[in-house]
Amino acid sequence: MTEVVATNETILVVGGGISGMTAALEAAETGKQVVLVEKRPYLGGRVSQLYKYFPKLCFPTCGLEINQRRAKMNPNLRVLTMAEVMDIKGEKGSYTASVKLSPRYVNENCTACGDCEKAVETEFDDEYNYGLGKRKGAYLPYRMAHPQRYVLDPNIVETDDGKKAKDACKYDAIDLDMSEETIDFPCGAVIWATGWRPYDAAKIQPYSYDRIANVITSVEFERMADPSGPTGGKLVRPSDGKEARKVAFIQCAGSRDRNYLLHCSRICCMASLKQCTYVSDAYGEDADISVYYIDIRAIDRFEDFYQKVKGIEQVKFIKSKPAAVVADKDGNPVVHGVDTEGYKRFEDTHDLVVLAIGMEPSVDKDDFPVDIQINREGFIEAAPENGGVFAAGCASDALDVNRAAQHATGAALRAIQAVTGAAGVEG
Amino acid sequence: MTANQAMIENYRNSFLKEVEANVEEGEWVKMCMQCGVCSGSCPLGKFWDHPPQEIFMMIRAGKRDQVLGSDSMWMCTSCYNCIVRCPRELPITHIMHGLAHYAKRLGLVPANQPTAKFAQKFWDNLMAKGRVNELKLGLSLYFMNGFGEGVKVAMKNQKLGMNMMKAKRMNPMEIMGGHAVQDLSGFQKAIKKAAELEDARIAQPGG
Repeated sequence: MTEVVATNETILVVGGGISGMTAALEAAETGKQVVLVEKRPYLGGRVSQLYKYFPKLCFPTCGLEINQRRAKMNPNLRVLTMAEVMDIKGEKGSYTASVKLSPRYVNENCTACGDCEKAVETEFDDEYNYGLGKRKGAYLPYRMAHPQRYVLDPNIVETDDGKKAKDACKYDAIDLDMSEETIDFPCGAVIWATGWRPYDAAKIQPYSYDRIANVITSVEFERMADPSGPTGGKLVRPSDGKEARKVAFIQCAGSRDRNYLLHCSRICCMASLKQCTYVSDAYGEDADISVYYIDIRAIDRFEDFYQKVKGIEQVKFIKSKPAAVVADKDGNPVVHGVDTEGYKRFEDTHDLVVLAIGMEPSVDKDDFPVDIQINREGFIEAAPENGGVFAAGCASDALDVNRAAQHATGAALRAIQAVTGAAGVEG
Repeated sequence: MTANQAMIENYRNSFLKEVEANVEEGEWVKMCMQCGVCSGSCPLGKFWDHPPQEIFMMIRAGKRDQVLGSDSMWMCTSCYNCIVRCPRELPITHIMHGLAHYAKRLGLVPANQPTAKFAQKFWDNLMAKGRVNELKLGLSLYFMNGFGEGVKVAMKNQKLGMNMMKAKRMNPMEIMGGHAVQDLSGFQKAIKKAAELEDARIAQPGG
């Protein structure tokens, strides 16, 4: 049975992505007790799936490593992975949280040696790579995963693979008898940092994401660019593995559209500009890049980056929201539309089309296990009615990493104020 | 002063305001963000001199003569692709028909515009009896572009016509004037009144 020591001065952080980690660490480093609950088997969230950050084109692994180290060193922080908040009852200063822990089937003895992975055979879609590659039934979610501990897919536990994994382990780390458990503990404030998920591209029917292999989303392209990703960092066409030199980026795929997402997702313009540099770096003069856009929203200091990408000879900007993507007889995606600068009709054939997919809140409007104000876009509204529940990062709005981390620090302060108040009342 | 001159006088320099006040759903025009998805989605788009997105920009730029005298909005077949895809939910199809209707009212339709010609035939046909006489309407459409071509088209559709008669979907006796609504003079009075109200509304600048 998992034990969690907590009081009503404890801060519960829901979600262990960059916002949740930031909020939890900021609060824990002031001396507050913090419990961080993460649904995935590791911390880092979607940031761990990025290859580079914009605009500096540096690697997210760097900041994540710092945060992981802070988490390991802080005695005030308790991390629960593969855990989901099912219910939160009570009010500011005295909540009771109910958390479901899914079995990992691997205990603390694990040294991440990888023997179990070699022993098992069955393969599954790799969710870390958005299904672009496969992983084994015993796996380390990604090479920098924290905690650095393997996971057993529940589907192999009762099969031969489960036994093989257990037999292969030299450290007695595999426990096939683990089962789901639910734990209840008190807390005084909640930081809600469940983040975002990419909008379902198949819903944008005219762009044929579900019908043409060479139409992919920006998050998938990001995995492709990563040298440790499913293609080893090669930018290729999913249909035939050929090099993708002529690449189209379609902006506002889902965003700013009353048929799909009402809001501007804020990150996609910069993400596509960043991804233009991936193609240009990979293929140099042979690259042929088109960005289809309504308007480029590169604010503040990002404007410099926009100008830099505009300066790359191989990048064209076409002011148009394309009407449709169709496949020609060779499986090449063809982008159709009308150019707003001149109202000319175009029909451009590309190797690969990347949809700059919008951000939506990862928790559906009606699925929040706590009574809080949700706005029409599905994000958490900062409201007095929310009591001691404070949103951090993308649970509150579409934000980039920089702004999400700033927002999370603010949320941590709110939560600290709430539990400090609770202590005062008792004291 | 013609109706057209009166409107030019009323809305001097602000064609957008004129459209907002007088064209059906015209108040939506300012909401267009020029993304172009309507133009790209239009199945007949390549036959338009100015796609919808460009028409909206021309309205805002005050290009009154070019818009109202344009053939473009008459090309709309009401497939509604643009409406369902517009990210801002502009009722583009209705605006196109509104513009066509307004141009017609001011006498600015290009000469021999076929959609406008057919619309007039439909209206006249409907007004005669309060019901559309499909046989007469069909024949007038066949012969719209001259007697020779009318005979050719009629011969081509002969079999279809016979089958429709057999299935009682078409009555050849309708050629003798056709059946009317029960209260034809009441119907015509109602239409006359509606036309008066519409004229009075349009005569008020600012709607």
